[in-house]
Amino acid sequence: MKKQGLQWVFSILGGLILLFVLGPVLGLMFSSSPHKLFETAQDPEVKNSIMLTLSTSMAGTLLFAVAAIPFSWILARYQFPLKKLVTAIIDLPVVIPHSAAGIAVLGFISRDTWLGKASSMAGFNFVGHPAGIMLAMAFVSLPYLINAARDGFLSVPERLEKAALTLGASPVRVFFTVSLPLAWKNILSGLILMFARGMSEFGAVVIIAYHPMITPVLIYERFTSFGLKYAQPVSVLFILVVLVFFMILRLLLSNTKKS
Amino acid sequence: MLKLTGINKDFKGFMLSDISFTVEKGDYFILLGPSGAGKSLLLEVIAGLAISDSGSLELNGRDITHMPIQKRKVGLVFQDHAIFPHLKVKSNLAYALHGQPRESIHQKIKAMSANLGIGELLERYPSTLSGGELQRVALARTLIQEPEILLLDEPLASMDTRLRSGTRSLLRQIHRGGQTIIHVTHDYEEALSLGNRIAVMDHGNILQTGTPDEVFHSPRNGFVAHFIGIRNFFPATIRLYDGIPWAETSRNLKIRVQQGQDNESGFVMIRGEDIVLSASALDSSASNVLAGRVQEITATPLGCDVCIECGETIHALITRESVERMKLDEGSEIWLSIKATAVKFIDE
Repeated sequence: MKKQGLQWVFSILGGLILLFVLGPVLGLMFSSSPHKLFETAQDPEVKNSIMLTLSTSMAGTLLFAVAAIPFSWILARYQFPLKKLVTAIIDLPVVIPHSAAGIAVLGFISRDTWLGKASSMAGFNFVGHPAGIMLAMAFVSLPYLINAARDGFLSVPERLEKAALTLGASPVRVFFTVSLPLAWKNILSGLILMFARGMSEFGAVVIIAYHPMITPVLIYERFTSFGLKYAQPVSVLFILVVLVFFMILRLLLSNTKKS
Repeated sequence: MLKLTGINKDFKGFMLSDISFTVEKGDYFILLGPSGAGKSLLLEVIAGLAISDSGSLELNGRDITHMPIQKRKVGLVFQDHAIFPHLKVKSNLAYALHGQPRESIHQKIKAMSANLGIGELLERYPSTLSGGELQRVALARTLIQEPEILLLDEPLASMDTRLRSGTRSLLRQIHRGGQTIIHVTHDYEEALSLGNRIAVMDHGNILQTGTPDEVFHSPRNGFVAHFIGIRNFFPATIRLYDGIPWAETSRNLKIRVQQGQDNESGFVMIRGEDIVLSASALDSSASNVLAGRVQEITATPLGCDVCIECGETIHALITRESVERMKLDEGSEIWLSIKATAVKFIDE
């Protein structure tokens, strides 16, 4: 009897939490009429911001994946001095306040730094540029990819890699034909997390680039300039777009799991 | 020919110490030892998965001590097979043939899979295969690259009896094809049934190397004798009576031995099949005639093991027909005859 009572209390607490998450989102969903949503979807400013958000986050994810995935393999396979410190550095962006992260990244890429000077010579400036937005997004979202990929490589038995070596494969070939395919589930889920986290970033991005506007910045601007009623339809639209992407990627993931 | 010279390897506190032996081309070489003896680590050193701290490895004239794994031409079949789970059997077999013409890959897979009886499995994923099938795939995948030496890590462990005998004949067949093999096992019967050369290992050391006959008939020390299944093995001290050496065991059983120095201590060893049992004392050339009582009779693949108390507990190995003819049973009074030449004294 006592145990049942406890289950009831815990279930009610759980229900409250679900309500806390779902309530505002559902409230938001029903805040705007379909007509209003349709109208917002036609707004070039909104369309451009959504395209920009998706493309910068995707570009950042893919670009950084090239280095992050092999790095994760190193983290999974080798012991080296200061490894704990390295792991802590990777997790740093998760705990830094995101506006502070934006300030940090800005200090790294602004005009008077070597990176800023190099980009000026290439004819653009990171600040106020999609490339800068991409860097800010990647800075805060990279830990999700690295940690997921590292877990993925850890789950691949090292013996399979060794077996591949004894079959005459070079270490590079072993990485691409054994380690990577077998860790792919975790890596894909890390890519999804990094992409999603990048898209939803506001604090770091707004410091690097107010313009061009990614959707989270646009929502903020509509709210501060025009009020809640104007921010709601953009928010709903953005959430819907993100959900569609999310579902597509989740579907891909579940297919990979089956095979 | 594979030649190991003075291999030392410290692996997390476990030491392989001064390992030296030679495996000739066409040998079926058995590394025999209990678990934890360092056999698998030694295989890893030969394959290149672990690098020795000192010493050298030479394979058919090439120094492979520091050569990368993938260039050694050493094939290793892991105990758990290590088949790639994300590739079909066919792609597993093709893995080692990367870069060869498509037609040649196709031909080799066809020939190898027919040879090992896995032709039906080529389109299957490893998760759908049985343990025995996985083993054949693992062997095929390694053999297809035509390794100069084939390393097998406990290939018959965790197999049921029927599967084991099938795999044994498969391994014999591979060996008859001219393949040089090093086979790691803890089972002396396996060693006897397959190997033409045996090295006994314990605690990271090679204790003895030789033909099965040499190792099983002249074990160099107590561990080897005990490990290869000789059960009549007693600590003893030599006493000379009228110049004739007798070994006195700790329980005061006196056994006539062929040679030995007075007060020399060591072990007495008698192979079970060298003991003759009879209903009455035999008048024969055997110098040791002992009275005893049967304690237990156990059937083994090699015959019946008759355990007799005669001052020491001695195991005699005789055929089942003999047990039935002599109507032996627990408690039967019996005589043992052992020739002094069959009693081996090994000094410490």
